Amino acid sequence: MTNVRIFVTYKQSVFDPQGETIKDAIHTLGHDEVTAVKVGKFFDVTIDATGAAVDQSVKEIADQLLVNFNMETYHYQVLEEAE
Amino acid sequence: MKQAMTPEEIKEQKPYLDWSLSEDEYNYISDTLLGRLPNYTEAGLFAAMWSEHCSYKKSKPVLRLFPNKNDRVIQGPGEGAGVVDIDDGQAVVFKAESHNHPTTVEPYQGAATGVGGILRDIFSMGARPVASLDSLHFGELDDSTTRMKVDGTVRGIGDYGNCMGIPTIAGETTFDPCYQGNVLCNAMSVGLMDQKDIQQGKAAGVGNAVMYVGAKTGRDGIHGATFASADFSDENATQRSAVQVGNPFMEKLLLEACLELISKHPDWLVGIQDMGAAGIVSSSAEMAAEGKSGMDLDLDLVPQRETGMSAYEIMLSESQERMLLCVNKGHEDDVRKIFDFYDLDAVTIGRITAGHQYVLRHDGQVVCDIPVSSLTDDVLEEESTEHKPVRITVAEQEPVWRPKIDDPAATLRCLLAQSTIADKSSFYQQYDSQVRTSTVVGPGSDAGVLRVRGTHKGLAMTTDGNGRFVYLNPEVGGQMALVEAAANIVSSGAEPLAITDCLNYGDPNDPEIFWELHQSVKGMAAACRIFDTPVISGNVSLYNENNGQAIHPTPMVGMVGLVKNIDRVVPSFVQQAGDQVYLVGATRDDYAGSELQKMLTGKISGVVRPFDLDGVHTTMRHLLHAMENGHVASCHDLSEGGLGVALAETLFKTDRGMNLDLRNLTGAQLFSETPGRFVVTVQPDHVPAFEQDLGDAAQLVGTVTNAHWLEAHLADSDLNLSVGELQQIWEEAIPCQMKSKD
Repeated sequence: MTNVRIFVTYKQSVFDPQGETIKDAIHTLGHDEVTAVKVGKFFDVTIDATGAAVDQSVKEIADQLLVNFNMETYHYQVLEEAE
Repeated sequence: MKQAMTPEEIKEQKPYLDWSLSEDEYNYISDTLLGRLPNYTEAGLFAAMWSEHCSYKKSKPVLRLFPNKNDRVIQGPGEGAGVVDIDDGQAVVFKAESHNHPTTVEPYQGAATGVGGILRDIFSMGARPVASLDSLHFGELDDSTTRMKVDGTVRGIGDYGNCMGIPTIAGETTFDPCYQGNVLCNAMSVGLMDQKDIQQGKAAGVGNAVMYVGAKTGRDGIHGATFASADFSDENATQRSAVQVGNPFMEKLLLEACLELISKHPDWLVGIQDMGAAGIVSSSAEMAAEGKSGMDLDLDLVPQRETGMSAYEIMLSESQERMLLCVNKGHEDDVRKIFDFYDLDAVTIGRITAGHQYVLRHDGQVVCDIPVSSLTDDVLEEESTEHKPVRITVAEQEPVWRPKIDDPAATLRCLLAQSTIADKSSFYQQYDSQVRTSTVVGPGSDAGVLRVRGTHKGLAMTTDGNGRFVYLNPEVGGQMALVEAAANIVSSGAEPLAITDCLNYGDPNDPEIFWELHQSVKGMAAACRIFDTPVISGNVSLYNENNGQAIHPTPMVGMVGLVKNIDRVVPSFVQQAGDQVYLVGATRDDYAGSELQKMLTGKISGVVRPFDLDGVHTTMRHLLHAMENGHVASCHDLSEGGLGVALAETLFKTDRGMNLDLRNLTGAQLFSETPGRFVVTVQPDHVPAFEQDLGDAAQLVGTVTNAHWLEAHLADSDLNLSVGELQQIWEEAIPCQMKSKD
């Protein structure tokens, strides 16, 4: 078993209205030192595989479902490999 | 962006070919217009401005066929949107625009920014947008990708319009396999204004400021204009970065700021234009050309939300929610204060100059120095070759297809479940159609109707396009597109005023496709003249292809009509039991391209026959006269599925039924799609006046009853159907298909 965290974020050049709005809200709290906010999401996925097979699974899941490649990109971390 | 290519490298490596600029055009620009090689930025600007999307270089010769003037037209094509006089010093402003390519790639954002873009065109004229409409064409719903596209597109339209607080009050959605790889998303916006507030996209007056207002510029949507002018193929995945993300809340602020400036401080403002396709370059160059001015812009001053953007990227970015203003010298700070209040950037990025040069500076260097007209007016119009498609010549030789309908009841049940005919409320319920509380007739009727507050007037509006008829006979199909729109407007009791259009076609370099474009525009233009509905705005979307397969030629007509007395708006469904039912207009055996043919044979074939345009127009005039005098209780126009479907639709959502004598029609003719026909109901005491107005055009066929039952005697069979059962079939068809897991 492997626990994987997949991060999905907007591509560099894609406008993120939600992040902009949150940044403005942070400014109203007085935290003017915050200069940028980007919103993304992550998925914790438990996969019944190890090693290269995990990479393969993640790639396929991300490509086909989790990521909208018109606007988004992703990366992932292997959190732990259990027995 | 890496180190830009030198002019010599551009000449050798020809990167402009990837931007859809041809070698001939490049040579003409170098040799004739500039007398030197364009640099990287200049070449990019030419590619965008000379794309079909911005220059109409292919379609212009055809577009000249359209009439665009009459007594009511205040502003025809060429500005952000067309403007039509509706009396009392008021005007209606409207335009439609296609966002087909972005919607195909990224349905939600593509459709949303389509709505956003057309709204900016309306308020850049000085009008407040009061209604949105759409015309959507998808592949069949049995495909899961199409269902995803439908879902995304509908949510995109709904979210943007709902956030802006502008009702979506009418539209159409059809399904055909030809749109599977290239959906059509045409958005139309209608605005209201006082005629005194009308604005132009003009930049003039040496020393006046060019001001950038609205959202910041990022790298989104670079080359959207050229992207829209190239067709799709499955390998083209990398092009997909050209998708912009919209922010309706920012657009709402931009709308209010611009309208405040326009209505309260007209003396500060020289001109205003939306930054649409090809971003800053198209808006600034077009404004300078309109004002016959020169312009000098410093791109370092452009508000940017990304670092390290090149001049090329800044100029061509299609970031949303931005406008360009030309402001009288000395009022820059006044304008800035207005936009400050709305938390929007407003920055002077340059000045109007004497002469006619278009100069751009970036990082302390001049990156572009070319004549304004070279971008806007010197575009090489392209001669196109055209010939009649072989399929049409072949079809003309073949015997006419005539269906044999033994059981019209079963046929009607099946037709009502066809996706193009079935109830679309699962889509339009996602749109707020009532916001602003001026909606008199919302979606699901022939046309949407709005009241004009403070007056007794109303505006009726509709979008219509049926690619099947145009595919089978472009000229007659073009006429039918206009007649269908006019029929929808007249059905609601309004007088057609003018139209906007989106001309959606395949690759015009194919002589057969260019012929379709030419013939269908010819047909539309002829119908526009007869109905006195000039074309006041519109756009052209070519290269709608997927893997070399073109869509059906699909000209969309967006029509607006004037209701003189809002109390006389005519509903599309029946009213009282005892009202007399009339069929207006003659029925022929017209099955080519019909829903019936599609359903029974799985394809469309044959030749769509010409019809009597003048006769149809005269009938509609008489019908409108009867309506304006209050003689008509309800009216519904006959379109897909013919009389059978129309009768059912007039009974849905009522408790009524009908008892009809249709013995001069066969079961098949019940589903014929002859254009220019209506089902009309008339209260008994208005019958004499109605019959006098309509004469032979109206044929009494029966009575509205209190039983929720559709009964009809045909020449070769009888109909006896529960309206409730039919309504259930009609209502459930699309939700069932959308939920399919196949």
